[in-house]
Amino acid sequence: MVRNTLVLAAAVLTGAALATPAAAQGEQFIPILSYRTGAYAVNGVPYANGVADYYNLVNERDGGINGVKLLVEECETGYATDKGVECYERLKGKGPTGAAFINPLSTGITFALTEKTTTDKIPIITMGYGRADSKNGAVFMWNFPLLGTYWSAADIAIQHVAKELGGADKLKGKKISLLYHDSPYGKEPIPALQALAQKHGFEFTPIPVTHPGVEQKSQWLSIRQNKPDYVLVWGWGVMNGTAVKEAAAVAYPRDKMIGVWWSGAEPDVTPAGDQAVGYKALMLQHGAGKFKVHEEIQKHVHAKGKGLGKDDFGQVLYNRGVVNAMLGVEAIRKAQEKFGKKPLTGEQVRWGLENLNLTEARIKELGFEGVLKPVKISCTDHEGARDGRVQQWDGKAWKVISGWYTANQATTEPLVKDISAKYAAEKKITPRDCSKES
Amino acid sequence: MLYREAGQFKTTYAADMAIFPIRQDRVALALLLAFAFVGVPLLSTYHIWPLGSDYLLRAILLPFLILALAAIGVNILVGYCGQISLGSGAFMAIGAYSAYKFGTGVHLPIAWLGTEISIAPLPVLASILLGGLMAAIVGILFGIPSLRIKGLYLAVATLAAQFFFDWVFLRVKWFTNYAPSGSVNAPDLNFFGVTFHTPIERYLLCLIFVTVFAFMAKNLVRGNLGRQWMAIRDMDIAAELMGIRPLYAKLTAFAVSSFIVGIAGALWAFVYLGSWEPLAFSIDRSLQLLFMVIIGGLGSILGSFLGAGFILILPIMLNLIPTELGVPLSTETITHLEFIIFGSIICYLLIKEPHGFARLWSIGKEKLRLWPFPY
Repeated sequence: MVRNTLVLAAAVLTGAALATPAAAQGEQFIPILSYRTGAYAVNGVPYANGVADYYNLVNERDGGINGVKLLVEECETGYATDKGVECYERLKGKGPTGAAFINPLSTGITFALTEKTTTDKIPIITMGYGRADSKNGAVFMWNFPLLGTYWSAADIAIQHVAKELGGADKLKGKKISLLYHDSPYGKEPIPALQALAQKHGFEFTPIPVTHPGVEQKSQWLSIRQNKPDYVLVWGWGVMNGTAVKEAAAVAYPRDKMIGVWWSGAEPDVTPAGDQAVGYKALMLQHGAGKFKVHEEIQKHVHAKGKGLGKDDFGQVLYNRGVVNAMLGVEAIRKAQEKFGKKPLTGEQVRWGLENLNLTEARIKELGFEGVLKPVKISCTDHEGARDGRVQQWDGKAWKVISGWYTANQATTEPLVKDISAKYAAEKKITPRDCSKES
Repeated sequence: MLYREAGQFKTTYAADMAIFPIRQDRVALALLLAFAFVGVPLLSTYHIWPLGSDYLLRAILLPFLILALAAIGVNILVGYCGQISLGSGAFMAIGAYSAYKFGTGVHLPIAWLGTEISIAPLPVLASILLGGLMAAIVGILFGIPSLRIKGLYLAVATLAAQFFFDWVFLRVKWFTNYAPSGSVNAPDLNFFGVTFHTPIERYLLCLIFVTVFAFMAKNLVRGNLGRQWMAIRDMDIAAELMGIRPLYAKLTAFAVSSFIVGIAGALWAFVYLGSWEPLAFSIDRSLQLLFMVIIGGLGSILGSFLGAGFILILPIMLNLIPTELGVPLSTETITHLEFIIFGSIICYLLIKEPHGFARLWSIGKEKLRLWPFPY
């Protein structure tokens, strides 16, 4: 009996090792690092669904990018850095040319992969997260914090606070607290907020919340004692919903809370029910809602029974997944213009990312009108755009309550220069001369 | 037939006290080491299955070696000396952050003396060893309560170390060189002018560390000190009456264990992660190490390797098998299945063999002695 089991196990193992992945020639491999389990799954699932649905759309509707089909494989990271590194190692070499790019969807994994992707020559797309100093493409050749870094987010949040107060001069003497996830993710905005506090003369208090963030009683007690004028929320997963509930418990006005764009989706507010009404959050350009691209996904993917997003279809994080996948696909398309219509290596896709230029017309053509503003990436600017709006939860849906803000580079640029220069010195990187890049 | 020491006569004391007295063991070990030191690099250089890509080397062998080293450290304390510790993750963190500080230069102003401690950046090897030394010193400090409290109560006391150091490395910015995100980058792995870049170089580096420390530990536990630890483990009052000093025995166990765990922590940070945050050394890591030791076998160096392999590699295999076989399951289902199967296997193993893999191994050896004519 035991021997039979052993033989069976050995057979399964050899079978597993010998079975080559069904990688047909002529396919572009794209890995998806996602988390559908664990404390962050509520936010990870809609995002991963959006990403997968868009890649499916490209395959089903267009037959791939200029005929090059996309081969996608998902790997579960559980938001844990070591699992993320393992997933990256597992997937980076698959397909005929290896991974086109990698989206870690975790600032911690981004930090861990930044060095590895440099040696492996795979670009790392961190849309709306990751290292804020990686905006400087001269130093961070392989990192692309597209559409906005946390420092841009901090600036947009303070701009909105100033507007609500009636002018930037009114910020003086006000108290603004930052309730943050105690990880590289939550700590990223602190230098920018400190710089802004100095500039505008408001009092800034950072308040850390330990992972995973279900225990926030003492933090909210200190907020109650300190009575800040605004609380910025930099949370993820269960931490967001808990923050809203705890705010209600100490009667802190929800409309004085502003979440970052990772703390402003449906799973963050629905658990709190009516208590969440009035809660505000930044938008990474797009919000919730269904646009032309959703019709296409409905028609080409869901109608064929291949869609993943069901309840979350058109929600904030689902849409973010779609936008993220679209930017990656467009980067590959751009790279194909230069390198030919075939599967490309990470190095070639990196060129496509750096020269990505999405105009208003192209965005409309892709079905993203009203979702996105034009994006133009360059060697000096790996962020591409730094626009945001503010939305408010009315109990049923997110309502956009502000016009467009553009992060003021005067505040963030010295920080980017300073901290990326430090990284370059530490890692002995000679920054590229961006004027010579083409 | 093959595995029988009959006819191997020991004619000197040295032969009698050899670390591996049976010839077959020596041959097997030599073959294993030759494979690890020569075979694996060769396979990897010529891209021969299963080392065709870096995956096995970078994502499985490297963490396996480092965690096995940490498990040896934990086994010395828990398995040999009988002092349950839940603070191993903290000692790994101390090793990692101390090595980082020594590797990037220490500047500690002491205001009340009007002076400062200033050490220029040290070479990586010195930093890693000093990291282990710092962990040993802290280990001794946190070992002091073990003189008064035992068993589960001691586990709770070491848990304090875990939470304290999580807090320290998260909050005291000096340790992270004031990095804004709290995440730090390891310095270049430069050993005597040679920089270790490729996965194979990193693998060999870890292999050297693991081999050296495994042999040292193996030798230590069968010597005077190891026997003192085991006496304390088996019955501390009897050991004391026999003239073993609990203070010395327990604190040396803490020191040696923390030293090895600290070295493993420094390697984990420098060689495997490259960039890390305190979460890499959380309570989960401590528990993981403790499980490795329990499942591998308490009081066995070999068991540390087997346990590390089981806890680290089996979940990854379980996760890989459905995808590799092309079974259409969502990643969610695969992850849940992984937890279910892995948990069931642990339960089954511990019911069938509570003493872990090391015991299974020695039963196997006994059977092999009688093969092919068992009685």
